[in-house]
Amino acid sequence: MFLIPDPVGRFFHRMASPPHFYAFTERLMPWLVSLFVLLTVAGLYGGLYLAPADYQQGDSYRIIYIHVPSAWMSLFIYVVMAIAGAIGLVWRIKLAEIVAISSAPVGASFTFIALVTGSLWGKPMWGTWWVWDARLTSELILLFLYLGVIGLYGAIDDKRTASRAVAILALVGVVNIPVIHYSVEWWNTLHQGPTVTKMDKPSIHVSMLIPLLLMALSFKFYYLIALLQRTRTELLLRERNAQWVKTMILGSKQ
Amino acid sequence: MSLSHAFFAIIRRDLVLALRRRSEIANPLLFFVLVITLFPLGIGAQPHLLQAIAPGIIWVSALLAAMLSLDSLFRSDFDDGSLEQILLSPQPTTVLVLGKIIAHWLVTGLPLLIVAPLLAVFLGMPSHSLGILLLTLLLGTPVLSLIGAIGVALTVGLRRGGMILSLLVLPLYVPVLIFAGNAVQMASAGLPVDAQINILTSILFMSLVLVPLPVAAALKMSIN
Repeated sequence: MFLIPDPVGRFFHRMASPPHFYAFTERLMPWLVSLFVLLTVAGLYGGLYLAPADYQQGDSYRIIYIHVPSAWMSLFIYVVMAIAGAIGLVWRIKLAEIVAISSAPVGASFTFIALVTGSLWGKPMWGTWWVWDARLTSELILLFLYLGVIGLYGAIDDKRTASRAVAILALVGVVNIPVIHYSVEWWNTLHQGPTVTKMDKPSIHVSMLIPLLLMALSFKFYYLIALLQRTRTELLLRERNAQWVKTMILGSKQ
Repeated sequence: MSLSHAFFAIIRRDLVLALRRRSEIANPLLFFVLVITLFPLGIGAQPHLLQAIAPGIIWVSALLAAMLSLDSLFRSDFDDGSLEQILLSPQPTTVLVLGKIIAHWLVTGLPLLIVAPLLAVFLGMPSHSLGILLLTLLLGTPVLSLIGAIGVALTVGLRRGGMILSLLVLPLYVPVLIFAGNAVQMASAGLPVDAQINILTSILFMSLVLVPLPVAAALKMSIN
């Protein structure tokens, strides 16, 4: 811990304690929600109203403001889940275990949204609801990986054991995701190449890019809100016999 | 007991156990043959159609046969307590687990290689691609046993692990299926397949090195 400044270390140490985490996130929540609403309104206004129509796709390209951020989130959340799982596995921090498993349903939802919006976008553009294209297929496999994590967690009764099983599975999945992605990419491709991450000059116009980045940020905040809410619920459920939960609930009743 | 001695002892033990219960060898093999027989019945027996999808059929059936045989990998050892003894032994669990996986492949994966050429002829695959089909099976089926071992190790403690096992394992089989199926298809068309074979080989060696680690961790988790 010699690389981490002392106050930062103390902050994380305190956060690993359930009562502190619960109280802190309760105070944090209104700020997160207002930031999320602000970003979403700004992003949607910019995307649906200010940004010009595409010269080829017309207005139907605007689904990009949901589709692309969800696709980004689907991968991002899997990585977060694996990292949290690894932390839980190594240091046996209860909170990290809960964060890992609470991420899974949110990630699965984003993956599902990315698939559905991609399918809706594909109908007018490619003339078909579903094509066995590389990115759609690897997104579908990602959804199966998420469902595997959720299913495994549900199948094991003891939740501490289940958390460790899920962490191992998530780590195996994270090693496999690049392999799966590139194998599917090589197998078949129809989807357009990346347009935003090209570093030198993005091939998307800046008036379309800014709302897209705003939406991406707003989805990050949504994930944070959903994750914290799930974590708090799961925390109460697991710690229902602990003293701090009892005093908190009885205290608020009195 | 030295490490290599323990490694070979565990392979020998599992092979002897399998020879005493021959149905465990026969079942996946029969399943493999049966599934492949069902395809011409289901989609019609036009030779050009069968020839076109033969690599895919053979590989998907091999995948399902491997899936079906996975449960026997740790099940009986878990039930009679010898898995606990393996975990308690002074030798590293990863090496012993690798021995068990290799024995499992020798019993369930290797026989597929023997019947595959026959089935390929049934489906009308050109004879010059048979060698590549065997090579992909030789490189690919050990990976199926290895990756599958992770899924079994995670679910061996569960009473109804079967359904969840397929959900865990099948998505991870995708790269093997893609490269192996693609190699056989290319070989049928007379194209070079060096790239696919090289990638399959690297996947095999990567999983030989990496897979025992999560398997050992998952078994320790499943035991207590």
